[in-house]
Amino acid sequence: MGKQVDTNRRPMPKQEPFERVRNFDEVALGYTEELAREEASRCLACKKPFCVDGCPVEIDIPGFIDCIVAGDLPGGARKLKEKNALPAVCGRVCPQEEQCEKTCVLAKKGGPIAIGRLERFLADWEAASGAVERPEIAPPNGMRIAVVGSGPAGITVAADLALLGYKVTMYEALHDAGGVLTYGIPEFRLPKAIVNREVDYVRSLGVELRLDYIVGKTRTIDTLLSEYDGIFIGAGAGLPWFMEIPGENLNGVYSANEYLTRCNLMKGFRFPAFDTPLKRPPRVAVFGGGNVAMDSARTAIRLGADEVHIVYRRSKQELPARAEEVENAEEEGVIFDFLVLPVQLIGNERGWLSEIECLRMELGAPDESGRRRPVAVKGSEFRMKMDAAVCAIGNSPNPLIPMTTPGLEIGKKGNVVADEATGRTSRARVWAGGDVVTGAATVISAMGAARKAARSMHETLTGSRAGST
Amino acid sequence: MYRVVERRMIVPNLHLLTVEAPEVTATVRPGNFVILRPDELGERIPLSVADWDAAAGTVTSVFVQVGASTAKLARLKPGATLPTYAGPLGRETEIEKFGTVLCVAGCYGIGSLFPIARALKAAGNRVVAILEARSSYLLYWQDRYREVADRVIEITRDGTRGYRGHINRLAEILALERIQPDRILVHGCTFQMMRVAAETRPMGVKTIVSMNPIMIDGTGMCGVCRLTVAGKTKFACVDGPEFDGHEVDWDEFLKRRETYNPEEVHPLRRSGCASHF
Repeated sequence: MGKQVDTNRRPMPKQEPFERVRNFDEVALGYTEELAREEASRCLACKKPFCVDGCPVEIDIPGFIDCIVAGDLPGGARKLKEKNALPAVCGRVCPQEEQCEKTCVLAKKGGPIAIGRLERFLADWEAASGAVERPEIAPPNGMRIAVVGSGPAGITVAADLALLGYKVTMYEALHDAGGVLTYGIPEFRLPKAIVNREVDYVRSLGVELRLDYIVGKTRTIDTLLSEYDGIFIGAGAGLPWFMEIPGENLNGVYSANEYLTRCNLMKGFRFPAFDTPLKRPPRVAVFGGGNVAMDSARTAIRLGADEVHIVYRRSKQELPARAEEVENAEEEGVIFDFLVLPVQLIGNERGWLSEIECLRMELGAPDESGRRRPVAVKGSEFRMKMDAAVCAIGNSPNPLIPMTTPGLEIGKKGNVVADEATGRTSRARVWAGGDVVTGAATVISAMGAARKAARSMHETLTGSRAGST
Repeated sequence: MYRVVERRMIVPNLHLLTVEAPEVTATVRPGNFVILRPDELGERIPLSVADWDAAAGTVTSVFVQVGASTAKLARLKPGATLPTYAGPLGRETEIEKFGTVLCVAGCYGIGSLFPIARALKAAGNRVVAILEARSSYLLYWQDRYREVADRVIEITRDGTRGYRGHINRLAEILALERIQPDRILVHGCTFQMMRVAAETRPMGVKTIVSMNPIMIDGTGMCGVCRLTVAGKTKFACVDGPEFDGHEVDWDEFLKRRETYNPEEVHPLRRSGCASHF
């Protein structure tokens, strides 16, 4: 030991709140090399690194941190890429406080190593240096793979299998690749230039990208099976849930998918330069407490709303969003209405939302999720005047593939059933992973599942074991 | 990119658009629609499929010029390219031998109902087409309908062709023509479909309408196209676009369609014609 324990987690430079609420540029600016080295130097280099246990893809965290301390940034970037094909994305959107940073020994002392920020620093450094290393691609093995969906899971499988010599075609239903990274997560949290960079990288490996192609409609899985040796379904969780309360079809009530897609994919925030309109209402309520809710609320703020509420039926402690995004939302002036449940949406005579009726809640005994169940307080109804409401309470997988693929086992929530260790589905030569299997979860868990599926596909299709991937 | 083979105005304000999209042609069915973007800055807009040519790999739609995006479409010339042309989307029309089927169409729906009428005829039905427009010069494709329908009836508001009046004369016209339909399909503007549904409710004949809400992705992802059918929320893009017209909440549907009316006319306002709005 002997090393002085430094619990002073280095903050990451950010755009000032008063500044950033008026633009859609990225909020977090990233560590400088100096800050990164200072932060990395705090690492105790534990013999048994608990941080790695907290990482769904088992990145060699002490390894890349050590490289930063030693000034070997190319080496650090290489270590990251060994396990994570999308470090610039994960450094920005992973819930680190629930994963690697939660199990960091310094977390107990209140200052876990900022692993996510360091990951982001390395990935951005590599991209900026122009010295992006491309692993060697195995000679073509003559096998063809269809990857359905170009989000985090699809990108991971496509890259892994392309490197192993497969001819991969990645199918995307929308007109831009990236899945939820493109249509869902706003520019201010994940710049589209970064997503494009990752997609370009996958294409540079020889992966063919087919846009505007809706598997389940343009072609069925069965038709694709006659053309490909194997299929990976990584179609995500794209079907929005509504609250199923009266008034939800009023004008001014949006699913978060619609609201964010208008803004991010269709560039509605730049209307009328872009044709897709996006309303700029003065009072907006967002239902839900996850990252999608934070993204929606912060988008509304940037569109010039005077008053944006996050309406969440549990308390601050239970918010599923990344801590950093909650903090950003608070700084930007989002109002949090905790322990509040919307029960009715009320419209004006023209069919537009004008008020929301809510109930106050209190926390009861823990439910099946382990969180304390919110219970309505009798007679606590109250109303808030609102011009728009965004429903960000979750998504389930799109039914187009389940509906058109006989014999594909589907779970209770419309999810594709796949083996956790291999991604195998009930259909031969068809694998699945990511949100389409688990329901909406995280980018990193989708990538973890995709990596396992790629390994299983390789083993099954060539009868061999994947190398170091 | 998808190449425009043909774009021409067939009657005032209605355009025919034929695009090379062999992937769509391979699986398209009557009742489907496509989503396209006029250019890289454009909206994603749904257009019903009016015909296709499997050998040439082309798909044809008829669209009405209403806002910024369709104005862009209306300026396309053969050889131009569209950045997005995705489909086929939506459920296909239920085609069975029903007996006598009434195909009521107006506006762009005269185009989109055509492949359905053709398929219904091929399935052994007696097909009666009713084509409605404000005036005779706004009707089109009667010759095509005569090839697939046993009878083609025209209605014009000004009486310049066929029956004079409006689709709310439907019950009366059916009585005059001694037609007792076993099933009715309506493709046209919302108002026309709503009127026909109201006219046919007392007849107790199943009336299928093809809903035309605002859409973005067209694959069930955004939910902007939701409507209430028999008291339940449905997504027109994946649950439809065809529904039982007697079960649709028309009032709600009409209001939802108006959501972006101010934005639709935005280009007009900027063009100096603001005094009209």
